[in-house]
Amino acid sequence: MMLVITALLLWAAAWAFNRKIASLPGFDRVARLLSPLIFGITVLFVWELVVRGLGVPEVILPPVSSIATRFVNSAGTLWIDFVQTVIKGALSGYLIGCGAAVVTAIAVDRSPFLRRGLLPVGNFVAALPIVGMAPILVMWFGFDWQSKAAVVVVMVFFPMLVNTVQGLGEAQPMQRDLMRTYAAGYWQTLVKLRLPAAGPLIVNGLKICATLSLIGAIVAEFFGSPVRGMGFRISTEVGRLNLDMVWAEIAVAAVAGSVFYGIITFGGRTVNFWHPSQRRDLR
Amino acid sequence: MIRPDGSILPVFTVVAAIVLVWYVAAVMLNLSWVRDQAERAGQEPGFVELVSETLAQDRPRLPAPHQVAIEVWNTTVEKKITSKRSLVFHGWVTLSATLLGFAFGAGLGMLLAVAIVHDRATDLSVMPLVIASQTIPILALAPMIIVVLNAVGLSGLIPKAIISAYLSFFPVAVGMVSGFRSPAQHELDLMKTYNASRTQLFWKLRVPASMPFLFPSLKVAIAASLVGAIVGELPTGAVAGLGARLLAGSYYGQTIQIWSALLVAAAMAAALVTLVGGAERLTRRAMGARP
Repeated sequence: MMLVITALLLWAAAWAFNRKIASLPGFDRVARLLSPLIFGITVLFVWELVVRGLGVPEVILPPVSSIATRFVNSAGTLWIDFVQTVIKGALSGYLIGCGAAVVTAIAVDRSPFLRRGLLPVGNFVAALPIVGMAPILVMWFGFDWQSKAAVVVVMVFFPMLVNTVQGLGEAQPMQRDLMRTYAAGYWQTLVKLRLPAAGPLIVNGLKICATLSLIGAIVAEFFGSPVRGMGFRISTEVGRLNLDMVWAEIAVAAVAGSVFYGIITFGGRTVNFWHPSQRRDLR
Repeated sequence: MIRPDGSILPVFTVVAAIVLVWYVAAVMLNLSWVRDQAERAGQEPGFVELVSETLAQDRPRLPAPHQVAIEVWNTTVEKKITSKRSLVFHGWVTLSATLLGFAFGAGLGMLLAVAIVHDRATDLSVMPLVIASQTIPILALAPMIIVVLNAVGLSGLIPKAIISAYLSFFPVAVGMVSGFRSPAQHELDLMKTYNASRTQLFWKLRVPASMPFLFPSLKVAIAASLVGAIVGELPTGAVAGLGARLLAGSYYGQTIQIWSALLVAAAMAAALVTLVGGAERLTRRAMGARP
């Protein structure tokens, strides 16, 4: 009981502290960095204390410390799973799918008729539960990472296509006319004006697809996989009620997802430095 | 999905092209099997027989569109709704979890958005984590949530609805925060000159201003909610629901069954998104927007 009370006190103290920094004038940047950090750490501590204090069994919710121990002890297994799912499955599918979508978008963009037809269909397909294709693709491409990459390709293709097609329409008629007066050909206009102008929307699509690709690779493993991979490990360890291992895999997935997203955000900032949303003084 | 700006013909063309590609792919993928069969039987089939054989297999690698359509027809209209083989039955199992989860998730998302807009500490500490949590493949949690809730004694509808709620929560929360913040400074100032209280400011300015943000997020949320319900059905051992049909189909190699479950799921997603779109149009009309 003591632990639970400590947890409640800790929660109240952290919240009061966060309130304090939030209301302090002149500490805006510090608060922006510190508050989520304090909140996140508090959640972890409260989790640990409450689970220990109330004696929640390990098969329902393991305490943070045992997850961390498991994480360190099984680092080798986690690394093998990470390579199998993230590097081989998600990343290769992501590159193929997004690349194909950008190329298709550029091809489609030459015909306004196709563009008008493809945008609503693409938007519609992007809303479909495409994960459901996973069993079929596993049947076609076998159990190994190729089928996971295929699921990822199918999942990321349409969101990426819609974003790129929209992005290619971003360049203003005035700017295109200027390119014409420079006697620029189609490809020069594309490379020097329209692709850079499409940058923000392309990066937006890449961000959406980053999360989708991890989900696709993990869920596809639920339908069959070799004896490694994050989705495989999650589903088998859940069956054996080793929840600390499951949480360790989820931690890996969370870190991988955030790093992936962060890289794209950072790259997007470098590429789209000219866009108003990236100007420091306006933020 | 139908827009009055003359995009019906292009959309129709694209859909027709997709169906055509599907047929060609079906012929190509199933061809080798048909060739094998013919060779074993010692026959030399002509082109027409080959093609018609590829489109009429029991367990093709890729069933032709009409095979899937016939299967959907047989399992929805011809079967009794109470039958375990009726897709209406399985569809309803999934749909109920989707709707329950969507209602929970959207409600919680809006509440969190209200808290974030009105309390700076919540904004600073919770909002970055909400955004960061979107980069996490949340569906990976699904099997664990199902098993854990099963251990606690909850099974059936509720665990799936929790996964759906979790997935539909984030788009709504993030969208509504932008929506509640969308009024410009001069509009907020105007409300201050009217001596409006915080409650009045919220209901008379922030809520109406957030409507253009609400419905797009609801569309994303309800689609995500359906995905959550389907994935939530995978680890329960394929009892009922569209996800269970997918899993059972993949165990037994019943490709036509998988595709028909997929088609029904797609139709359901389309219907749900259209429904939200209809609600959007009604709300806009009630708020005085010109059609």
